[in-house]
Amino acid sequence: MTTQTTQEWNFTAKDIATQPDLFLSGHRACAGCGPATVLRLIMKATRGPTIVTEATGCMEVVSSIYPYTSWNLPWLHTAFENAAANASGIDAALKAMSKKGKLKEHIDVIALAGDGGTYDIGLQALSGAVERGHDFLFVLYDNEGYMNTGIQRSGGTPLGAATTTTPAGKVIPGKLEKKKPITEIMLAHDMPYVATAIPYYWKDMLVKVRKGLEVEGPAFLHVFAPCPRGWRSEPGKTLEYSKLAVETCVFPVWEAVNGKRQLSTPSKLIALAPQKKRPVTDYLAGQGRFRHLFTPQNQHIIDEMQRLIDERWQKLTQKCEPA
Amino acid sequence: MKEPAKQETMALNGDEAVALAAKQCDVDVVAAYPITPQTIIVEKFSEYVANGEVQTEFICTESEHSAMTACLAASLTGARAFTASASAGLALMHEMLFVTSGCRAPVVMAVANRALSAPLNIHGDQSDSMAERDSGWVHIYVESSQEAYDSIIQAFKIAEDLNVSLPVIVGLDGFTLSHSLENVDVLSEDTVKQFIGERQLPTVVTHEGKTVPLKLDPENPMTMGPIAFPNYYFEFKRQQQEGMNNALRRIQEVNSEYAELSGRSYGNGLVDTYNLEDAEIAVVCVGSTCGTLKVVVDELRQEGVKAGLLRLRTFRPLPVEDLRKSLANVAAIAVMDKSMSFGGLGGAVFCEIRHALYDEKQHPPIVNYIYGLGGRDTRPSELRGVFEDLIGIAKTGRVEKQVNYLGLRE
Amino acid sequence: MSGKEKSWKEISIAGVCSKSSVGFLTGDWKTYMPVRDLQKCTKCLTCVMFCPEGAIKWQPEKGDIWFDFSFCKGCGICANECPTKAITMILPKEEEKEK
Repeated sequence: MTTQTTQEWNFTAKDIATQPDLFLSGHRACAGCGPATVLRLIMKATRGPTIVTEATGCMEVVSSIYPYTSWNLPWLHTAFENAAANASGIDAALKAMSKKGKLKEHIDVIALAGDGGTYDIGLQALSGAVERGHDFLFVLYDNEGYMNTGIQRSGGTPLGAATTTTPAGKVIPGKLEKKKPITEIMLAHDMPYVATAIPYYWKDMLVKVRKGLEVEGPAFLHVFAPCPRGWRSEPGKTLEYSKLAVETCVFPVWEAVNGKRQLSTPSKLIALAPQKKRPVTDYLAGQGRFRHLFTPQNQHIIDEMQRLIDERWQKLTQKCEPA
Repeated sequence: MKEPAKQETMALNGDEAVALAAKQCDVDVVAAYPITPQTIIVEKFSEYVANGEVQTEFICTESEHSAMTACLAASLTGARAFTASASAGLALMHEMLFVTSGCRAPVVMAVANRALSAPLNIHGDQSDSMAERDSGWVHIYVESSQEAYDSIIQAFKIAEDLNVSLPVIVGLDGFTLSHSLENVDVLSEDTVKQFIGERQLPTVVTHEGKTVPLKLDPENPMTMGPIAFPNYYFEFKRQQQEGMNNALRRIQEVNSEYAELSGRSYGNGLVDTYNLEDAEIAVVCVGSTCGTLKVVVDELRQEGVKAGLLRLRTFRPLPVEDLRKSLANVAAIAVMDKSMSFGGLGGAVFCEIRHALYDEKQHPPIVNYIYGLGGRDTRPSELRGVFEDLIGIAKTGRVEKQVNYLGLRE
Repeated sequence: MSGKEKSWKEISIAGVCSKSSVGFLTGDWKTYMPVRDLQKCTKCLTCVMFCPEGAIKWQPEKGDIWFDFSFCKGCGICANECPTKAITMILPKEEEKEK
């Protein structure tokens, strides 16, 4: 752990590799789990004493099967919808104890949740905690479904995806609703730091984690974390799909400091050279959850998906500061 | 006998008394959401915060579920946490009540007992906390604003006892106690702080093999709130039961210690009897209606009727031995319930009392009177009617109706 | 799991976890396992970064990485992401043939 600020923090893969893991091996995530890579890496960006609190979900369950734990730092789970409320309580306790002289050092607080515990059941607690200005970093590991309970749809599941509650049936071909723009919602809270990241660009992701921790007040980091089990994709291609998501603008990477948005380098390169933007079909291919779309009668869904991606990408580039 | 500590008499309603007690207990974190009739607690506490009279971190959470969550998380971080709720708010916290008890966090919560919807009703009955009787919280119900003040202070000492380590609910009847002004004798803040002391933490063995205080602390990392599969879960629940068993003793201890400090005690802390020693007929009741019942008992005693009252102060853990002892020689018992358990044989208190006495050699008839739901006023004359029914039952040994609705328009 | 499970009196309260997961070896989950061509490996540590298990570790004193097969689940991310294609996923009995 280094307490250097992000400005001074000049790290290499070797620096990160030699840092001890705070998210330990022996967890029971599926082979090729995107969120597991995300969490392992995020814990490398802690800058000092840290407390982590997590919502019910894949990463919570696989890492805390009594009596085993994969967490080498203080970690709390209570329920599904309240990662941010946990963080609020911890933040308040730390502040109270500091005021009374019972605590000398600063302790960072990180709240972790999947898309279930963020977009849907967790949204209220998150919104409340951010509005109250608690000092914590909320990391959303988005695998686009309630994966832990069996791949059910969430507000983060994209249009067209087949899940167990939006199956590709004879009459309804998968999820008909759009992916909720969670980061737009968080930006609308006027909060100090909102960013998106993918594990493929791990350096970018770690810098964003660090920035989020440094912010005094709430920070929100949306990390795209492919799930080979839920997406019915090859376990080995997890990181590749996260990269494809950026290259097709399905999941652009950017950050907003006090509302001022800037594309991060991988997405900036596409904004500057639009011919580099790949069609959504490059991303959809190989994912079992989209297989049903590759039929003549569902072509219109792929078209709608492309249209939506283009529209959101257009809006995003307009809102971002110039390169 | 030591002189009780110096006290000041203040005009406070139940909510204000609770807020003052919480203030004096030097709570570190209060996370709460307003709901009638508890609002005065959070408002009063907000005033203390705004005027710099406390160093408490006050979180105005966006819901009661988050309020209980924040209190739990704060408590597990080492802070002393307090909250208050009622009715729908308490119901919204339902999930988290079980979690708080399961995590062994000694959170103290005042519940301004109020009816549950539907229909919506803001007035006092005990259905809200009775619905949480299985949640693993200690339940103490008070008869007066004075007792509300005293019980909040005692609650921290009970909850934080290392052999208990369970959260505590202090129930005060909505509006009847929460909003009614009373003379309350109040201790000094220093006296209270000294009485409850610094929060002590139980120890646990972590995955690092260290035996350290139960606390989220980077010095001693530990994992709290894991998933425990069928081969592990049951043992944790048994541990909570043990905490409850220890609470029976602890509540009595704290009641005695507090009596020395303040000059006030409430029975033995578990049950508070009134004219029960030689009573032939008795009513068992929870909460403020006991005050009215005492007036009725006095009246009947004047007339030569051997009437008595058992106020059940601690509902959880259920003081089985004390109930059996106190009601041993009574010929007919009426149990009052200010809540209902639809589809069951009578209300919660009735079921518990009857069950506790079932194995006794003496088997008096026990009847149930469900009363005061949705804050319906219960008059002394109606309560007198209960005793008159008991006189009849004691004489004939026959019960006309086991479950009665007092004050209902039939 | 070995030995008799503890009674409710013997375990810590509140469900605090008592063992580190590094005691739970997930390596037997794998079907395929990674094999590294030392000639092609440039020690870029991409595989170290991306392994969900943290099963590939950098040893600075040896100036080399090593694969902890007691945790490797055989997902193939390392093989897929290696910039020089130095890693291939094989079925273990193939590896024995290679030996």
